[in-house]
Amino acid sequence: MSTFDTTELTLNMGPQHPSTHGVLRVVLRLDGERVVGCDVVIGYLHRGIEKLCEHRDWQQIVLITDRMDYVAAASNNLGYVETVEKLMSLEVPRRARYIRVILAELQRIASHCLWLGTHAMDMGAMTVFLYCFRERELVLDLFEEYCGARLTYNSMRIGGLPLDIPSGWDKKVRAFCDILESKVPEYEELLTHNRIWRDRTKGIGVIGGADAVALGLTGPVLRGSGVPRDVRKDEPYAAYSDFEFDVPVGTAGDTYDRYLVRIEEFHQSVRIIRQALDGLPEGPIVAKVPRLIKPPAGETYHAIESPKGELGYFIVSDGKSNAPYRFRVRPPSFCNLQALPRLVQGHLMSDVVALIGSIDIVLGEVDR
Amino acid sequence: MTSSYLVPLLKIVVILNAVLVSVTFMTLLERKVIAWVQVRLGPMRVGPYGSLQPIADAIKLLLKEDITPARADKWVFTLAPIVAMVPALIGFAVIPFDREASFFGYRVSLFVADINVGLLYLVSITSIGVYGIILAGYASNSKFPLLAGLRASAQLISYEIAITMMLVSIVVMAGTLSMVGIIDAQYNAHVWYMFVQPVAFVILFIGGLAETNRAPFDLPEAEQELTGGYHTEYSGMRFALFFLAEYANMIVVSSVATTLFVGGWLRPFPNVQWLGVLDYVPGWLWFLLKTFVFIYVFLWIRATLPRYRYDQLMRLGWKVLIPLGIANLIVTATLKVLF
Repeated sequence: MSTFDTTELTLNMGPQHPSTHGVLRVVLRLDGERVVGCDVVIGYLHRGIEKLCEHRDWQQIVLITDRMDYVAAASNNLGYVETVEKLMSLEVPRRARYIRVILAELQRIASHCLWLGTHAMDMGAMTVFLYCFRERELVLDLFEEYCGARLTYNSMRIGGLPLDIPSGWDKKVRAFCDILESKVPEYEELLTHNRIWRDRTKGIGVIGGADAVALGLTGPVLRGSGVPRDVRKDEPYAAYSDFEFDVPVGTAGDTYDRYLVRIEEFHQSVRIIRQALDGLPEGPIVAKVPRLIKPPAGETYHAIESPKGELGYFIVSDGKSNAPYRFRVRPPSFCNLQALPRLVQGHLMSDVVALIGSIDIVLGEVDR
Repeated sequence: MTSSYLVPLLKIVVILNAVLVSVTFMTLLERKVIAWVQVRLGPMRVGPYGSLQPIADAIKLLLKEDITPARADKWVFTLAPIVAMVPALIGFAVIPFDREASFFGYRVSLFVADINVGLLYLVSITSIGVYGIILAGYASNSKFPLLAGLRASAQLISYEIAITMMLVSIVVMAGTLSMVGIIDAQYNAHVWYMFVQPVAFVILFIGGLAETNRAPFDLPEAEQELTGGYHTEYSGMRFALFFLAEYANMIVVSSVATTLFVGGWLRPFPNVQWLGVLDYVPGWLWFLLKTFVFIYVFLWIRATLPRYRYDQLMRLGWKVLIPLGIANLIVTATLKVLF
């Protein structure tokens, strides 16, 4: 059979496109609607955060980390302060560590809500979007009550926390956990058991476990491929070693499994929050930290499990100045995004938006 | 013989205006219904509970600058919204709202024309509408609308055949192509065709969703993929025309479904005498009520379902709907001949 002589269509998707979740630019080469090539162009939101951090003193950097993954600011804070604490060999009080876990897990729920909403919206299921935002709003209210901010929290300090939890806050968190657990089945009803949703996500963007590891994928994207890697479990930080939780993994490594993994993480986060609230110890919320922080000379890498994957900080201190000598972030969104050209190969244009959503990127973190 | 011209003309004027007004208010209905599904309020600012929102929208769209892209095909670009809008409106010519009603002592039939090929006319008219989308996609000279145009044509060939098969089944049942005749046939058969032809009913509804480019088959305008699709390059009133056409088409499809499957202006159980009290509701009101239910389902589906991919729609059309349609037609015809 002879084939038609066709020319490829180069389609510039983004940086202003409703489904690129910010300012991502994807240059697609299309044959009809089938994707034959894909270049990801990033950098539209580059603010030089890493360099900026080398010129700020150690406490000020917490505030800058908020601006990376701005939908999961508390996780960014946590990663940074823990790295510095590791550099300074600081022992953080248990109460502070527990509250950090609660904040980080609430943050994971908020981030997953945003992810699920936009992911579903990209595929035309617009009601899920508003349902998710309804629950995310509750998390933001909790954060507002805790630290006064709703998006960029600046919620952690080197050595502990700036504030103890307000009285009655733990009850509200518990109430929220109950609400969320009753709402997640609602999302699942609209999506998991929906024939169209399954058709749209099953077998789309399949990546095997070995390939996923080779590409440096982390977080739900990696777990969707069946690799049970979770920094919370493998290298426990904060107080995660005290809690029982499962690491959900997928089998097929497709968009549907990545979706299921994140849905299950809602439940696991709730489980962790409940345990943390039950066992919340009394005590100080901040360790004895010198007024002027000056970590000893040395370098360290520390990673946490942010909602999007392994968020690592590599920090070098020269022991003399008030700022890090070198500040480098390993952003999960950035590393996961490099799988996109691989995932979209041979799929249709409609799947491209599904896959961008499935990777769960935040451009503030990709570009920094 | 002035009345033989005057009355149809009056009817046309009334129906066109009624359609256009209801179309504008359907945008409000859609926003409200979807808002309620999504636990929010919808438009609330203009008028009580946002009831004047459509008027504000219309004024805004009329005052907007009407842009034609520099490298667009100007004639086709201008023509496309008209091609989309006109068939949607002239489809109403054969929709029978009621057999008769009296106005100021005159008895007038509540349809513009009862032509003997009414259904065929509707099928041909409504399939012209999609050319508006294809032409818009082509004329914009832009890549996203072009892809939308391609999708629209792929979509057309997937559902049109299936719909037609279903309509043929109905025609076989009723023995006529006239819309009024089909309603009469349902009266004589003592049953709405929805219950004798459930397969046809479901498939026609699915086809109707695809025909009107409504979710989950809103592929040509998939905002999240094609940034608005075929109307990306349109602005102002021309953009609005596409929307009006979409909503007018929704009314057409709902009216057709009402006529063919739920007995048009007939009240429920038209042959049951003791339900005669229902006759106090005029027939056209029954018709509008049934149509409204269909329109509501359209909106409900949009709020609930994700979007199909266009290859999946084609697979659904060719592998499921068309074979089902043919099977349904064969069974219907066989039973009709046997009994």
